[in-house]
Amino acid sequence: MDYLTLLQILDSTIRLSIPLLLACLAGLFSERAGIFDIGLEGKMLMSAFFSAAVAFTTGSVWIGLLAGILASMSMSAIHGLASITFRGNQLISGVAINFLAAGMTVLIAQDWFRQGGRTPSLEGSARFQELTLPFADALRGVPIFGPLYADLISGHSILVYIGFAVVPLSWWVLYRTRFGLRLRAVGEAPEAVDTAGVSVIGLRFAAVAICGVLCGLAGAYLATGLQAGFVKDMTAGRGFIALAALIFSKWRPWYALSACLLFGLLQAVALRYQSIDLGGFVIPVQFMDALPYILTVVILAGFVGKAIPPRAGGEPYVKER
Amino acid sequence: MSFLSKTLGTVAALALSTGAALADPALIYDLGGKFDKSFNEAAFNGAERFASETGGSYRDIEIQSEAQREQALRRFAEAGFNPIVTTGFAIANIMGEVAKDYPETKFVNVDGWLPEVPDNVLLINFQEHQGSYLVGMMAAMASESGTIGFIGGMDIPLIRHFGCGYAQGAKAINPDINIIANMTGTTPTAWNDPVKGSELANAQISQGADVIYAAAGGTGVGVLQTAADQDILSIGVDSNQNHLHPGKVLTSMLKRVDVAVFEAMSAGEAVETGKFMTLGLAEEGVGYALDDNNASLVSEDMKMAVDTARQQIIDGDLEVTAYYTNDSCPVLDF
Repeated sequence: MDYLTLLQILDSTIRLSIPLLLACLAGLFSERAGIFDIGLEGKMLMSAFFSAAVAFTTGSVWIGLLAGILASMSMSAIHGLASITFRGNQLISGVAINFLAAGMTVLIAQDWFRQGGRTPSLEGSARFQELTLPFADALRGVPIFGPLYADLISGHSILVYIGFAVVPLSWWVLYRTRFGLRLRAVGEAPEAVDTAGVSVIGLRFAAVAICGVLCGLAGAYLATGLQAGFVKDMTAGRGFIALAALIFSKWRPWYALSACLLFGLLQAVALRYQSIDLGGFVIPVQFMDALPYILTVVILAGFVGKAIPPRAGGEPYVKER
Repeated sequence: MSFLSKTLGTVAALALSTGAALADPALIYDLGGKFDKSFNEAAFNGAERFASETGGSYRDIEIQSEAQREQALRRFAEAGFNPIVTTGFAIANIMGEVAKDYPETKFVNVDGWLPEVPDNVLLINFQEHQGSYLVGMMAAMASESGTIGFIGGMDIPLIRHFGCGYAQGAKAINPDINIIANMTGTTPTAWNDPVKGSELANAQISQGADVIYAAAGGTGVGVLQTAADQDILSIGVDSNQNHLHPGKVLTSMLKRVDVAVFEAMSAGEAVETGKFMTLGLAEEGVGYALDDNNASLVSEDMKMAVDTARQQIIDGDLEVTAYYTNDSCPVLDF
C-alpha cells in the first residue's frame, strides 16, 4: 500500500467517522446525565430530512442546518418529556422516536416534494462545500507533509472541523466546568445533586437538549455535507454504531473520538478492499462490517476492561417526600 | 419500518378487503419502495400506464417489513384482486405457498425463481446480463483511464449477474480493462445507503475508475451524485436515470419492469401462468437508454458497436454468459 492510498483511506475514514462522532458525543451528554438514548438514529434521520428540505426550499444550507438542529431538538424534547417529566421508560421512548422519525420523514417528504419520500437534489449554496484550508495548494509539493495537509486535513466541509472541535469542548464542559460536574453527578447520584439544591430535572433537560443539537449536526452532515439531499432511512444504522462506540469508549469524550475513528477506519478499509488477503488467509468483507459490533460485545463481556455505565442511567428520578 | 406506516398499511389493507372490487389487478412493491427511482418505480410506471391507457384501476401497497408479504398477498387474494403482481425475488417463495390456497387467482412475480411453478403463477425474469453487456461496452469505450467500476447493492446472485454481464461487455471492447467491483453490503439496508455508495464511488475513483455502473437501488443515488461531483461518468440502472445528472450519466441499463407489469395487468385474468417468462434484448425487456440528457456522451461509434452487438445477441451469434450458469463469472471475481 503506498502513501497516497493510505491518505485516501484515512480521508474516507474522516468522512465516515464524523457522523458517528457527533452522534456518539450526543449520546455521551445524554447518558452521562442518566438518560439512555437509543433514539440517536431517529434524531439524525429527522435532522437529515429537515436540513435537506429547508436547505432546498431556502437555498441556504445554514438555514437548513438550523432547521435540522431544531427538528432533532424537538425529538429530544419529546424524549425528555416522556422519560424525565413523565418518568417513562427511556428505552421505549427511544424506540418510539426511531419509529416516528422513520415514518414521519418519508410521509412529510412525500407530501412536500412528491418525489417518493426524498428531497430534490441540492445544488450550490444549498450544500456544504468542501473547504480548502489556506496554503493547501501551495504546500502540496512538500514531500510527506504536503499531500497529508492538502488531501487529508484540508478539503472537508466545515461540519467536519466543528465535529473535531466538539471533542475537546465536550471534555472541557464535562470535566472543567461546574455545569459538567453537576451533569455527571446527576447521572451517578441524582439525589445528591437534589440535596445540594440543584434541579435534577433542569440538568437532565439541558443534557437532552445538547444531545439534540449534536444529533442535528450529525444528520445535517449526512444530508447536506456528504450527500446532496435526503433519501429514506439514509442514516442506515449509524445511530446504533454510535451507541456501540459510546460503550466502547466507556462514556469518555477523547476515547469516543478514537472509537469513532477506529469504526470509521474499519468501514473505510472494508469499502476499499472487498476482501483482505493476509498471506493465504482471507478476511471477508462481511467480517469487517461486523467488527464494530463484535468489538463492542467483547468490551461488554469485560474482556478489555469493564464498561460501567453511569449508575443512575435509565432510572427516572423520583424526589423523596 | 415505522409503526405509523405499518398501521397505515394495515388500515389500507383493511379498506381494500371491504371494498372488494371486481377483478382489478393489484401490485405489491418490494422493500425498496414505490419511488426508488429504479426497479419498483418502473413497476409503478407500468401500472400507471395500464390505468391511463385502459381506463382500468388497480390497487397497490408498499410493504414495510418482511412479515407483511404474506399478509398483503392474502388480503389482496381474499378481496378478489386478479391478477396480483409482485416485484422482487424475495416474495417468490411465499407467493408460491399462498398461490396454492387461491387457485382461482393469478399471481405474477418479477425477478423471482421457484423450483416448481404452480399452475396459477407466472414468473417473469429478465436477461439483465445482456443489457449490462451493452452498457459495459459503452463504459469501456467512454473510459479514458482504462479502469471502470461496478457498485452493486446487496450481495446476491442477481446483482452479480448484472456485474458479470457488464464485465464481459467491457472486456469485449478492451481485453486489458481493469474492472473494480464492490458490493455495498449483505443486508437489505444496502439498497438504501447513499452515503456508503458515495464512499465506494470515491474509493473507485481514487483507484482510477472514470465510469461507474451502479446497480444498487437507492444507494445508486449516492454513486451517481459523487460521480457527477467528481466529474466522471456513471451508468444508471432499471429505470432511465439519465435525467438525474444531465451530461454526467453515460446511459442507463433499462430493465423494462414497466412493460412486464403493463402486459400482465392488461391481460388481466387471462394472463398465462404456470411458467417462467424470460425477457431479453429480443423482447426489448432490457436495453440501454438514449435521450437528450446523454446524447452528447454517446458517440456514433459507440452506438454502432452497441447496436451491432445487440443484433448479434438477438441472432444468437454472441453468447453472454449468465452468472447463474455455474455461479461464477468467467471474467470477474467478486
